[in-house]
Amino acid sequence: MSDLKRTPLYDLHVALSAKMVPFAGYEMPVQYPMGVMKEHLHCRAAAGLFDVSHMGQVILRADDPETAKAALERLIPQDVLGLGEGRQRYGFFTNDAGGIEDDLMFANRGDHLFVVVNAACKEADVARMRAALEPEVTVKLLENRALLALQGPKAEAVLADLHPQVADMRFMDVATVPLAGAECWVSRSGYTGEDGYEISVPLAAAKDLAQVLLAHPDVEPIGLGARDSLRLEAGLCLYGHDIDAATSPVEGGLTWAIQKVRRAGGDREGGFPGAGRILNEMTGGAARRRVGLQPAGRAPMRDGTPLFASAEDDTPIGSVTSGGFGPTVGAPVAMGYVDAALAKTGTALFGEVRGKRLPVAVAKLPFVAAGFKR
Amino acid sequence: MKFTEEHEWLRVEGDEVVVGITAHAAEQLGDVVFIELPDEGTTVSKDDEIVVIESVKAASDILAPLDGEITEVNEALVEEPGKVNDDPEGESWFFKMKIEDMSALDDLMDEAAYKKFIG
Repeated sequence: MSDLKRTPLYDLHVALSAKMVPFAGYEMPVQYPMGVMKEHLHCRAAAGLFDVSHMGQVILRADDPETAKAALERLIPQDVLGLGEGRQRYGFFTNDAGGIEDDLMFANRGDHLFVVVNAACKEADVARMRAALEPEVTVKLLENRALLALQGPKAEAVLADLHPQVADMRFMDVATVPLAGAECWVSRSGYTGEDGYEISVPLAAAKDLAQVLLAHPDVEPIGLGARDSLRLEAGLCLYGHDIDAATSPVEGGLTWAIQKVRRAGGDREGGFPGAGRILNEMTGGAARRRVGLQPAGRAPMRDGTPLFASAEDDTPIGSVTSGGFGPTVGAPVAMGYVDAALAKTGTALFGEVRGKRLPVAVAKLPFVAAGFKR
Repeated sequence: MKFTEEHEWLRVEGDEVVVGITAHAAEQLGDVVFIELPDEGTTVSKDDEIVVIESVKAASDILAPLDGEITEVNEALVEEPGKVNDDPEGESWFFKMKIEDMSALDDLMDEAAYKKFIG
């Protein structure tokens, strides 16, 4: 794994006996000795600490902050200009065909925008932003900060021990907070469906902060394995699986993230790549839809499992894009794409696993109710 | 006990062999969430894929260690797959089989050889 990059917490993961695997060009902990199942359940019951330093942290800055906001609106179908200071939004870069190039979080931090993108896409995202936004906006990929996530119902109490200000934050608030002696950029958000925080911390303080948090009896380190099952139960998309360059936000069920002002009839309608197709689909519907899938039996239906309308049909009507066992649900859970006509909750379908057609029903997402502090 | 390179253990009980997976294999697999066992009475050949085992991470197969006939399967594992992680080399056996040629067991590893094999 010599050509793989390491996060500033690499030594800590090894000291915690994590099993390290290659992921998006980094050596990352897939699980700790506790194991995926117990890590998952611990995060839902108490608090879990995740190292997500592999993700891309980007600063967009212009002489006038409004310039940077207007510029980012040229690349994403979200309302950036209307995002208040100290607030964060979920968004996605679209392409000319109306597909999704990556999903992201962006925050209004006063004199600049702070953007977090997926590790596997970060070089492409930075290149895309530089090409479209420079020179009026400077695009800076930060190499001097780590990113931690503290997630779970005890996250607030744990982090408030370090600084009481975090308890006053609401879901999707962002703030600068001193933690473990360093200036941290904290957002109340995450990728588990639980309440919690994502914390951008200077490299030099990352290990200290992680160790302070892990010293709390309610906090356990959580690897990529449980991160995946937590976000799947929460109905959250994994880029490259549940959404990609060929899926539109309408197909992906992400129109909630396109604010009214950017939709047809809005003050700033369109003006992002693929707006023609995306706005059309928002009125006329898409041919396929992302749905939750609940297998009837115990066999997990994993990514790539073909879906059929009946036990006999030859032609698939869709396929699974994420699937596995949901430890909190206590049963297999999945999501995938199906023909729009078959996307209604409760629709009985079949997934083909090892040559056998097994029953699976279209299910409501999320599988586990979100615990956000709104 | 005897061991295969596929990380199965075999224990002779009378004229039958009890088969499970080793503690090392269970640890490598991670939390087991699904098990599909063969039908009792099935005739199997060495290396046939006869058990499907899925963990939180991935699906894998368990191969027939030798030629023979499946005489009994451990249905309790189907109901509670996680038992495999709790007691892989004891209570959580997968199936029992009649071996056509008991001397074939001599070609398998003993515990010392298996320990060396997994390093």
